[in-house]
Amino acid sequence: MTKRVGIEVSLAVAEAARLANVDVVSAYPITPQTHIVERLAEMVANGELDAEFIPVESEHSAMSACLGSAAVGARTFTATAGQGLELMHEVLYIATAMRLPIVMAVANRALSGPLNVWGDHSDVMATRDVGWIQVFAENGQEAFDLTLWAFRVAEDPGVLLPTMVNLDGFTLTHVIEPMMLLDEAEVKRFLPPNHYPLPLNPAKPVTMGAFATPVHYTEAKKAQEMALTQAKTTMLKAWQEFADLFGRHYHPVETYRAEDARVLLLTMGSFGETASVAVDELRARGEKVGLVKLRMWRPFPFEELRHAVQHTDVLAVLDRALSPGGPGGPVCSEVKSALYMQEKKPKVFGFIGGLGGRDMTPEDFEALIMRARDMAHKGMESEFEMIGVRE
Amino acid sequence: MPKLPSWREYEIGCIVTQPGSARAYRTGDWRSQRPIWKNERCIKCGLCYIFCPEGCIRGRKDGYFEADLFYCKGCGICPRECPTGAISMVEETE
Repeated sequence: MTKRVGIEVSLAVAEAARLANVDVVSAYPITPQTHIVERLAEMVANGELDAEFIPVESEHSAMSACLGSAAVGARTFTATAGQGLELMHEVLYIATAMRLPIVMAVANRALSGPLNVWGDHSDVMATRDVGWIQVFAENGQEAFDLTLWAFRVAEDPGVLLPTMVNLDGFTLTHVIEPMMLLDEAEVKRFLPPNHYPLPLNPAKPVTMGAFATPVHYTEAKKAQEMALTQAKTTMLKAWQEFADLFGRHYHPVETYRAEDARVLLLTMGSFGETASVAVDELRARGEKVGLVKLRMWRPFPFEELRHAVQHTDVLAVLDRALSPGGPGGPVCSEVKSALYMQEKKPKVFGFIGGLGGRDMTPEDFEALIMRARDMAHKGMESEFEMIGVRE
Repeated sequence: MPKLPSWREYEIGCIVTQPGSARAYRTGDWRSQRPIWKNERCIKCGLCYIFCPEGCIRGRKDGYFEADLFYCKGCGICPRECPTGAISMVEETE
């Protein structure tokens, strides 16, 4: 039976992996992800989870071991954060190219330097183009649900792609929330066994990860691109199945009080919850403002985004990562790109904030939304602004 | 040249289901020079056979050696290692 419990979000993510009955966990501890794999190691040691826990010497090895594990058809989970994700970087592309359904939780963290272990999105933005399915959780319940959902999607015979569930470091990972957890029987109804179609098997030898000469590489890349964009159908279907079974609904782009809004703010991850408090406050003062939350980052939900912002005049986009010397934040530049060909589109203003664990309060979000409105009123042009910087 | 496959025709993850398919790959295409043997200087020591990184040098029934030009990449290691100078590289003109 579904039970409502108070649990640290990291432990709930570990519980999701246990409920998925993973076969292999290969991971290296790194703040703020450590509690996830620490709990999984404990479960394996205590016999609560019948899995191999591979205590590797680095994240590069963690992901490499995940490749081997997924290649034999074992259900495979790992988790990392910040520098750990960067150390995995080259192996992430291999997981995509080999179409291995690895599920990974990323406790989003700033990148060095300066050394900083706190939350932002620099780590995941640096892995934007690795070809993984990438989604963001706004709270602990979503982190739990999306982790289970990720196995369902990644291992689907029509998808077979590695899947990354992003949850903000500390803001989510280290917070105790009331959550509705599921039990084994419920999870079984949602998540079928993993059957990788061409596993490594001595009885039927195959070669995985062969090199591709120039006459094959482009076709391989095209197949990867099509697999990722077409995965969206299964992602939506799996969210619908999840909703039918457990009553919690997920969408690629979600909105809050956005229907008649003249000014919209777009966020990803846990900032959505704080920003919704700011939206309530501004609405109480009669401001027509609302919120757009991007859950699906890869594949990018072009249609849903365009639909969500089609009636607004101003769209403020908050990035928790900087593209140095470039167009500001990666989310904003993609949002602008998605809207460029639209005849009617809002004025888009990019903001960079919440870097390296810098807190953003509801008042900060109010100021941000009003700043975007004022910039539009004054006809100001701006590539982006870094907010909250001391001069 | 056989017809190349469409992107739709590759196995998932470009998995190769035919073991030993590398055998059909003509690495000899990479070659700009090929080794030739002067058998009158050859002492049949087999160092060329041992050192060939491609494994494409084979011993003949008469005890002398030759390279399988389907695979020989023309790296030049065999003349370098030959103790009697029996092997030399010549420009490919084919």
